[in-house]
Amino acid sequence: MEIFGVPTALLGSQLLIGLINGSFYAILSLGLAIIFGLLNIINFAHGAQYMMGAFIAWLALTKFNVNYWVALIAAPLLVGLFGVILERTMLRKLYKLDHLYGLLLTFGLALIIEGVFRDQFGISGESYEVPEALSGGIHLGFMFLPIYRAWVIVASLTVCFGTWYMIEKTRLGAYLRAGTENSQMVQALGINVPLLITFTYGYGVALAAFAGVLAAPVFQVNPLMGSNLIIVVFAVVVIGGMGSILGSIVTGIGLGLIEGLTKVFYPEASAVVVFVIMVIVLLVRPAGLFGKA
Amino acid sequence: MTMKKAISIACTAALATLSAGAQAQVSGGVVKIGVLTDLSGTYSDLAGSGAVLATKMAVEDFIAKEKPDFKIEVVSADHQNKADIASNKAREWFEREGVDTATELVTTSVALAVMKIAKEKDRIALMSGPASTPITNEQCNDVTVHYTYDTYALANGTAKAVTKQGGKNWFFLTADYAFGQALEKDASAVVTANGGKVLGSVRHPFPGSDFSSFLLKAQASGAQVIGLANAGADTTNAIKQAAEFGITPTQSLAGLLMFITDIHSLGLKTTQGMYLTEGFYWDLNDETRAWSKRFFGVQKKMPTMVQAGQYSSVYHYLKAVKAAGSDDTKKVMAQMKKMPINDFFAKNGQIREDGRMVHDMYLMQVKKPAESKYPWDYYNVRQVIPAAEAFQPLSQSRCPLVKK
Repeated sequence: MEIFGVPTALLGSQLLIGLINGSFYAILSLGLAIIFGLLNIINFAHGAQYMMGAFIAWLALTKFNVNYWVALIAAPLLVGLFGVILERTMLRKLYKLDHLYGLLLTFGLALIIEGVFRDQFGISGESYEVPEALSGGIHLGFMFLPIYRAWVIVASLTVCFGTWYMIEKTRLGAYLRAGTENSQMVQALGINVPLLITFTYGYGVALAAFAGVLAAPVFQVNPLMGSNLIIVVFAVVVIGGMGSILGSIVTGIGLGLIEGLTKVFYPEASAVVVFVIMVIVLLVRPAGLFGKA
Repeated sequence: MTMKKAISIACTAALATLSAGAQAQVSGGVVKIGVLTDLSGTYSDLAGSGAVLATKMAVEDFIAKEKPDFKIEVVSADHQNKADIASNKAREWFEREGVDTATELVTTSVALAVMKIAKEKDRIALMSGPASTPITNEQCNDVTVHYTYDTYALANGTAKAVTKQGGKNWFFLTADYAFGQALEKDASAVVTANGGKVLGSVRHPFPGSDFSSFLLKAQASGAQVIGLANAGADTTNAIKQAAEFGITPTQSLAGLLMFITDIHSLGLKTTQGMYLTEGFYWDLNDETRAWSKRFFGVQKKMPTMVQAGQYSSVYHYLKAVKAAGSDDTKKVMAQMKKMPINDFFAKNGQIREDGRMVHDMYLMQVKKPAESKYPWDYYNVRQVIPAAEAFQPLSQSRCPLVKK
């Protein structure tokens, strides 16, 4: 059977791959959206923090024999802690200024972090093996699905919706949201707003590192792996609506699927399709698909 | 980021005493070598600081062995794989800093831009890094030497060997820019000439990171061999993901441009059994081992063919300057083309009228993990491809300098 001259089996497999890539976009854009929504900072260091997550997993395995499962928890914690230090020592000073200052600071940090890793590890990258329990694959009839890729979808969607639930449905989330609306009022009610903000930045950064650990067995771990991805992720955030939590998740997955389809029909355009959509969305709905104007 | 990292090592200390009698023929009594390379991007492992090191080693060895009566200086800069940055730097070097030769020049677009400036300013371009064949064909000129390898030699080595061993049906995964397309074109010609068939190809954006969609297309084509007409991180990611999707045991991969650093980063488990063509391997004989171990002592990595070729080309250039008694471009080029190259890198290497340096190439097969006995023990030499067969014959040349 064929649809527009493309066998359905091929179409099915490309959509599934789109979903996998969409899960990466979702988890990365979610981190960005949280940081932007609550701190008003455009975190350009997100790609570098994603790369740090992958490298910590690789270092942990090769130097200290720490397995994937431990790294999946430990790397986000370590990188999150790094984020907390950045927030306390540098970002904090910029909240009252224009967005541009935060963007420039985090961009500079990204270049420094990538430069240090490049100097230490070179550019060719390192290989991280798929963990034993998740190696191999399943024949779905229309394609061979590596178990690890299936795990990526499950893990990232769980974390994404967990985060969404925490922010939208719990008391802690309510404090966070209230803090961004009117921080003085919330502070007056006895809640430590600066601490909340620090925690939020740390959490957003930890999400990037979590995605990095998920990506390590799929991509070659190299110092520039984040900078290749981050521009697309920014486009996702803009399309979803800056700061919209659910928007970033849904748009991330949706764009992954669209990109997958483009790869079937016109692969040369697959690198641009996201940006074409971004231009259209900005023209029609400048606040993004899920943003409040 | 190091926008401009111009390290100037003056190998003058040893020469201070000699310089008094410097020949008037060498302008200013100094031969200045510029290493214009990628010090921070995708190609910085295969060329980069290793190429700068190789240049310094060549200069030190030349001074110790040949005792020249001129001074030698080395400068280096990062071209960031951008033709405009490279052009500006080359112009500055030639016009204001008295650089006699711009060397290394990895990335085809950089190479093509700099060789034009070299021609305009009457200086020499020595290319150990770039790959594309237009350098010695349509774009050729009489001040350029293309030293280490080119896409023709790679396709000819790898694609021929794989096709002859029964890999008749090919599908190409091609980086969507000039270099990828050139490589695909050269390889397709070799496949068809050897009785194989090209079933199709897919062009992926450059640089890419997820190749699974393209790999599934290649899988669906039913081709026996998937030819990777890309380089660097694109190639390593594609190989890694092909293994993940269970493509590699049933279909085989042929990396058309791979370096030992790529094998090192992917590991033997993923790359075992792959064929690739190299112009140099550190573990060929005592001579290559001796030089490579010196290199390793500083760089902590074994040299790639680009880095070894860089040493050889700079040494050959300096020898030609000494023999010609001048740094005049015409005289030095004539001398370089006249003298054969005999060192650890090449035996009886010869620079042809189109600027192509021809030497033996090697068809390698990556070892199984169990076969590898010590660090960097990665290749079995499957075939030595003699110089006459390895490169495009002059009869097929599209270079106007070649008299037919």
